[in-house]
Amino acid sequence: MTAPAADAPDRKADIDAFARRHKFRWTEALPWAAAIACYFTFENYHALGAQIFATILFALSLDLLIGYAGIITLGHAAFFGVGAYAAGIMAANGFHEPLSGLVIAALAAGIAGFASGAIVLRTSGLTLLMQTLVVAALLQELANKWTSVTGGSDGLLGMKIDPVFGVFRFDLFGNTAYIYCLAVLFLGWLAARNLICSPFGRSLTGIRENAARMRAIGAPVERRKIIIYTISAALAGVSGALIAQTTALVGLGALSLGRSGELLIMLIIGGIGRLYGAFIGVPLYMIAQDRFAAVDPVFWYFWIGLFMIFDGVFARGGALGVIARRRGGSPPQ
Amino acid sequence: MSPAALETKLLCKSFGALAVSSDINFTLERGARHALIGPNGAGKTSFVNLVTGVLKPTSGNIYLGGRDITPLPQALRVKLGLVRTFQISALFKRLTVLENVTLAIAEREGTANDILRPAGHRRAEIEEAFSLLEPLGLANEAMRPVTELAYGRQRMIEIAMALALKPQVLLLDEPAAGVPPGETGAIIDTIERLPAGIAVLFIEHDMELVFRVAKRITVLVQGAVLVEGPPAQIAADPKVREVYLGESHSQ
Ligand SMILES: Nc1ncnc2c1ncn2[C@@H]1O[C@H](COP(=O)(O)OP(=O)(O)OP(=O)(O)O)[C@@H](O)[C@H]1O
Ligand SMILES: [Mg+2]
Repeated sequence: MTAPAADAPDRKADIDAFARRHKFRWTEALPWAAAIACYFTFENYHALGAQIFATILFALSLDLLIGYAGIITLGHAAFFGVGAYAAGIMAANGFHEPLSGLVIAALAAGIAGFASGAIVLRTSGLTLLMQTLVVAALLQELANKWTSVTGGSDGLLGMKIDPVFGVFRFDLFGNTAYIYCLAVLFLGWLAARNLICSPFGRSLTGIRENAARMRAIGAPVERRKIIIYTISAALAGVSGALIAQTTALVGLGALSLGRSGELLIMLIIGGIGRLYGAFIGVPLYMIAQDRFAAVDPVFWYFWIGLFMIFDGVFARGGALGVIARRRGGSPPQ
Repeated sequence: MSPAALETKLLCKSFGALAVSSDINFTLERGARHALIGPNGAGKTSFVNLVTGVLKPTSGNIYLGGRDITPLPQALRVKLGLVRTFQISALFKRLTVLENVTLAIAEREGTANDILRPAGHRRAEIEEAFSLLEPLGLANEAMRPVTELAYGRQRMIEIAMALALKPQVLLLDEPAAGVPPGETGAIIDTIERLPAGIAVLFIEHDMELVFRVAKRITVLVQGAVLVEGPPAQIAADPKVREVYLGESHSQ
């Protein structure tokens, strides 16, 4: 049937290729080169840039869930919000050091992710979608009612953030914020990339493709889902903390359905399950919004809606999906 | 005497009024080559689902090597060496053949819990996957996504993934289902070449395959064991003839 001896050299090439399939490619340096270049070319947009980086991290955390583990959610803002409020409440109550704020935000959001994940991840499909929505809505209502701590609908005010490392002061132009958010995004991306290339990450892809088979090969599917849900929530929490710290503002919107939905749209525009979808979709969306939405917000949603229909009918898989297909390339891994 | 590889005692399962398993007492000896046959809807797949933990029995017990595994979750049963394949291929379709097999190996080795190092570092696992694919004639297609392979080839991946788990007890649910008639030979060869120590239970409609491989046959009808015995006895059993003749008349 086969002739192993004759094929042996080929096998070695295949094994090498497979073993090296997660090696860094030069294209992966592009987003970082672009981000650094933009620092010098768009000096008036550093504040927006910082928001974009923080939101990319948020979208990246969502991609881990939807794109890799196949866990669909419409309540991811819950963890963004928990992180934002955690960092904000700290900063408004005498703990002004930013890095520890990020750590606390990650912990708080991770705990929220673990606790809610352990409950909602028993379900799947539409039920799961509804339950994630409910979790976010509950948290939003909690933030709304607990005015003494959160500021309720007025938002959390009076945050004060120390300079990063005691040296780099957060300035009005967002210069520090730009670098700060970019650096944290870089670390988050490294962690996320490492995760999806690890055997654990591969097993998440297996769960996305066929959970029944994963169980049949002995994978503790439910446990793995809770782990990735917790990690993703922690990353989302860091993202929320970044925005809270760099804008010195947290409002109920941080926990809203709109926030979750918008994030999903950004990720779809860029491409789900491709790690870099967030890096394309988020800047496209946020820059376009910054340009056009101020002029006519209703029209803005019209264009977004039109784009989503177009993507659903023709493109599928967002910008990166289109590029991959043009190059005869792969489905998401 | 050492306990049987797999045993069920008074195993029952019903979906509402429909009893898909009724008081099944079944024994799979060590190193067995045992066929489970029966008409469509007899409850053969349901039996595999019960044994592997996909379904919870309404009552009764399941023993693996003498140990009661009835309360254990699916994943733990696999860790104890109880492995199954699917009647309808259940693969990771968009992933490559090689990745399908390495995922199984990573679960067996417990490396799938590793969140830090890249998967490619496990070179030994990749090499092992190739050594599994090679004798099944799948090595040349290892780097291709499963969807690109013909369904008959996908059935071979089903078996490759099960073997990657180094099973003690192997449950094959219609391994040749959907394989074009000319290609079942490769499946039969594979089953015949399985290590003697593995206890194999296979569900099959193809009687040629059943009588060629099985040393023992259990006939399941409407969720209950009709008869069990060596092939010659089953072939001569009037009750079995009635079931199969009755079926062929009605078709
Ligand atoms: N989850 C379920 N809910 C309700 N009924 C079910 C369920 N699973 C199986 N059944 C029913 O149980 C009966 C046995 O099904 P099963 O798949 O075990 O049969 P089988 O012997 O494997 O048949 P085949 O030879 O066609 O594969 C069928 O009538 C089927 O419709
Ligand atoms: Mg069946």
